[in-house]
Amino acid sequence: MAIAADRGHVHSPERSGAMERLQGLLPKIVLAPSFAAIVVFVYGFILFTGYLSFTNSRILPNFDLVGLANYTRLFGQPNWWLALKNLAIFGSLYIVICSVIGLGLAILLDQKIRGEGLLRPIYLYPMALSFIVTGTAWKWFLDPGIGVETIVRSWGFTTFTFNWIKDSQMAIYTVVIAAVWQSSGFVMAMFLAGLRGIDNEMIKAAQIDGASNFNLYRRIIIPQLRPAFLSAFVVLAHLAIKSYDLVIALTNGGPGRATELPATFMYSYTFTRNQMGVGAASAVIMLIMIASVIIPYIYAEVRGGQSNGR
Amino acid sequence: MAASSPDTAVRTGRVTRAVIYTALIVFAFYYLLPLYVMLVNSVKPLAEIQGGAMLALPQAFTLAPWQSAWSTAQIGVSPTGLSPYFINSIVMVIPAVAISTILGALNGYVLTKWRFPGSTVVFAMMLLACFIPFQIVLIPMARILGLLGLAGTTSGLVLVHVVYGLGFTTLFFRNYYEAFPTELVKAAQIDGAGFFGIFRRILLPSSGPIIVVTVIWQFTNVWNDFLFGASFSSADSQPMTVALNNLVSSSTGVKEYNVHFAGAIMAALPTLIVYIVSGRYFVRGLMAGAVKG
Amino acid sequence: MRKLLLATALLSASALSAAAQESVEVLHWWTSGGEAAALNVLKKDLEGQGVSWTDMPVAGGGGEQAMTVLRARVTAGNPPTAVQMLGFDITDWASQGALADLNDIAAAEGWDKVVPEALQKFSKYDGKWVAAPVNVHSTNWVWANKKIFDELGIAQPTSWDELVAALDKIKAAGYTAVAHGGQPWQDATIFDAIVLSFGGDFYKKALIDLDPEALGSDTMKQAFDRLAKIRTYVDDNFSGRDWNLASAMVIQDKAGVQFMGDWAKGEFLNAGKKPGQDFLCFRFPGTQGSVTFNSDQFALFKVGEAQRSAQEKLAKAIMNPTFQSAFNVVKGSVPARTDVPDTAFDDCGKKGIKDLAEASASGHLYGSMAHGHAEPAAIKNAIYDVVTAAFNGQYDSAAAVKELVSAVEAAK
Repeated sequence: MAIAADRGHVHSPERSGAMERLQGLLPKIVLAPSFAAIVVFVYGFILFTGYLSFTNSRILPNFDLVGLANYTRLFGQPNWWLALKNLAIFGSLYIVICSVIGLGLAILLDQKIRGEGLLRPIYLYPMALSFIVTGTAWKWFLDPGIGVETIVRSWGFTTFTFNWIKDSQMAIYTVVIAAVWQSSGFVMAMFLAGLRGIDNEMIKAAQIDGASNFNLYRRIIIPQLRPAFLSAFVVLAHLAIKSYDLVIALTNGGPGRATELPATFMYSYTFTRNQMGVGAASAVIMLIMIASVIIPYIYAEVRGGQSNGR
Repeated sequence: MAASSPDTAVRTGRVTRAVIYTALIVFAFYYLLPLYVMLVNSVKPLAEIQGGAMLALPQAFTLAPWQSAWSTAQIGVSPTGLSPYFINSIVMVIPAVAISTILGALNGYVLTKWRFPGSTVVFAMMLLACFIPFQIVLIPMARILGLLGLAGTTSGLVLVHVVYGLGFTTLFFRNYYEAFPTELVKAAQIDGAGFFGIFRRILLPSSGPIIVVTVIWQFTNVWNDFLFGASFSSADSQPMTVALNNLVSSSTGVKEYNVHFAGAIMAALPTLIVYIVSGRYFVRGLMAGAVKG
Repeated sequence: MRKLLLATALLSASALSAAAQESVEVLHWWTSGGEAAALNVLKKDLEGQGVSWTDMPVAGGGGEQAMTVLRARVTAGNPPTAVQMLGFDITDWASQGALADLNDIAAAEGWDKVVPEALQKFSKYDGKWVAAPVNVHSTNWVWANKKIFDELGIAQPTSWDELVAALDKIKAAGYTAVAHGGQPWQDATIFDAIVLSFGGDFYKKALIDLDPEALGSDTMKQAFDRLAKIRTYVDDNFSGRDWNLASAMVIQDKAGVQFMGDWAKGEFLNAGKKPGQDFLCFRFPGTQGSVTFNSDQFALFKVGEAQRSAQEKLAKAIMNPTFQSAFNVVKGSVPARTDVPDTAFDDCGKKGIKDLAEASASGHLYGSMAHGHAEPAAIKNAIYDVVTAAFNGQYDSAAAVKELVSAVEAAK
């Protein structure tokens, strides 16, 4: 560790003078504006939100403290618990499926495929589209009266049923389908990049030893993708927790409130139900959840960065 | 890095390859389906869509919805279409992307090549900032923009996008420069090069791929942002997404789905073009830096 | 502290405006199609008087998005001159001391006499006019397909039993009886009409006064029974459907009726259908004589002296009978003033104007719960939660009544 950290750093040569001192301070001066902006606009605002969560703010912020009342109210809401449960279902499925599809596609696309230049943007483009309108396309597509169900039935499979979006038990899974569509291509790109960075010499050596392709991937290639997995996990986790547009456009939280997520809950209490205090409390809980997922990653990222800083 | 070539050394048989191609094409269909729905419906008369033929090819082909979305659809009280807002978005997106990329590059440079006690903590704090839900910053940010006199201006929007893009741009550059040989930096320093000199002559020339990654990431996010664009803009700085939303989600008006879809594809075109043109650099850039721990 | 925030907000607003010529900035969500074009009439009118119009359209969720933007604008100290607003939002903003006092001009123009009292409840705060109402949407309408009604020999139903009989016939003939979209506000629109069909007094006691006895009463249980009954006439694909696609089902002879506010008329007219000839408009059975409404108003924010005269011109222009007629003909609603001639309106519009005047005179004009004119947002949404759950079969009627009482209590 100590050696690695040393190698990543340029020692200021032992010279003196005002110019030299300035040179020494320059890095900090350069970093300072960004750091100050982050401290104010991120951490300052988080503290502000934390404070609001203890006030009875309604339409605009106010500063009348009410203790833990908002938290009591929040956890007394069946919809909040439903939102948390939905996030657990949605988040885990979304992360797992995106990773599997992303990795699978990346591996397939890595086999010297003709037309890769055409396929890659096709997999990637959903990230570029705004869900304000794509939501409508998905809604129609999943609607049993118009979309998949009708089409498959018209092919002669008259008993085929696909009405998840109308079923409060299953609707959350349709959100997963659309969300996977949107971001799995990006995950594919991350894994593809990881695969392209792997040293081919190692693969050739294993091939000489007679390893099958399956074993090659299982034992040699996939384990080397660890940093890509970590990046993918964090990007996906943060997208899952922040998912808002998607749910609004696809189901608007319905049928009933069956697809409510913490992000939609927070927005609705803060801005449409005029209960900013409760909204702030839910935001604080969300931040705690985000932090509990992200901080271990940042720890690994920072540590890892130092120990293999070539 | 030098030892790896862009292609894998894994070899596959003919049957396997057939299976691979089939799988890739099946997935391409999955990804393309919503685009298909949008495209076919953007060239149909409205009556055909309301007749329930939402997934069929158009019977009467028309480009009128596209024309309407671009130049004659009602957006607010003026029938301007989306075109004026296109310019607003461009004017906002270019400085926002440029500034956040430059700052990200400098931050990454400092955090890897000029470490100081506490620099790790600084980086960790910047990284954590990527994950703040934007809804909670809305009210305090509005207050600060008001105090700075930037409320409702394009500069204000640029500031917001730069601040909340810094975390990711710094992460990208920091991870890229981490792998950059420190020996070169040291050598330049012994030759008497200063802080900016080293950055400009040694690091910048080889930063191509990561600049592309960062630019694409930021461009996509800033271009597609709705919440900030709606809240912090004024009448003459409303970006494209806000106009698109105005076109699409009017409450009790007649819903012209064909115009909506045409508008949506139009709004996505700049990002799509960026993806297609630089997609290969994107992957190459990720490969070179962003995924490496 | 709140006062301080607002004080600085207003100060900077006036500082900004001092330099500008006469102009108004209007935040609204009539952003597309005919209704946006109709608003252009107002813009032209003002420009004729030398007042320039800065347009600030923000669509989404029946004004929810615009309200979010408004909050950012006010916090930034840069509020628009006028903001399209619904019901209790006006009261909430007025209670923050953010709205202007229009009493002088209201007195000069005699607004007190021409605007129904039920609307004034929202246009005035603490005895001061703070908003100018543009229109009244009434929400207890039934839109029926005349061809299906004629084919099955159905007469216009006037009571719940007749409605059930009619719907049974339509269903038996293989049509979807009720075209409906399963979104909380649409479910609540039907619920409103059902509650109103038990009498205006019951509606007022339960949904406006929130009398726990009325909310927990046997009548309320019957209301939920009727809601469940309506559910049986809806097709399987109802959930999440936009209201206009539900209207399209009636337009295309696929469904018999839709229970929806008067904005649905625009869809029918746009499809080339004629009132009385292709489609029928009548009040939800058992509610003739009463009207539940929601009303779009322009709340006027406090502005500096320099902008004051432009703002007054705007308020006057909004209340101008010619504009109210022109705008509402397009919008499908009826004018907020009861003295606007109905000559330009079609049959449904004429009936709407007549019903409104009658209901207003007899005291049976009530704010719609579903559209935020009976209760503030927090309580409205709490009721939505229960109604939607009941409509989707998660509660039986007895449980729904219990949930309703406790949800309202918790949200108060």
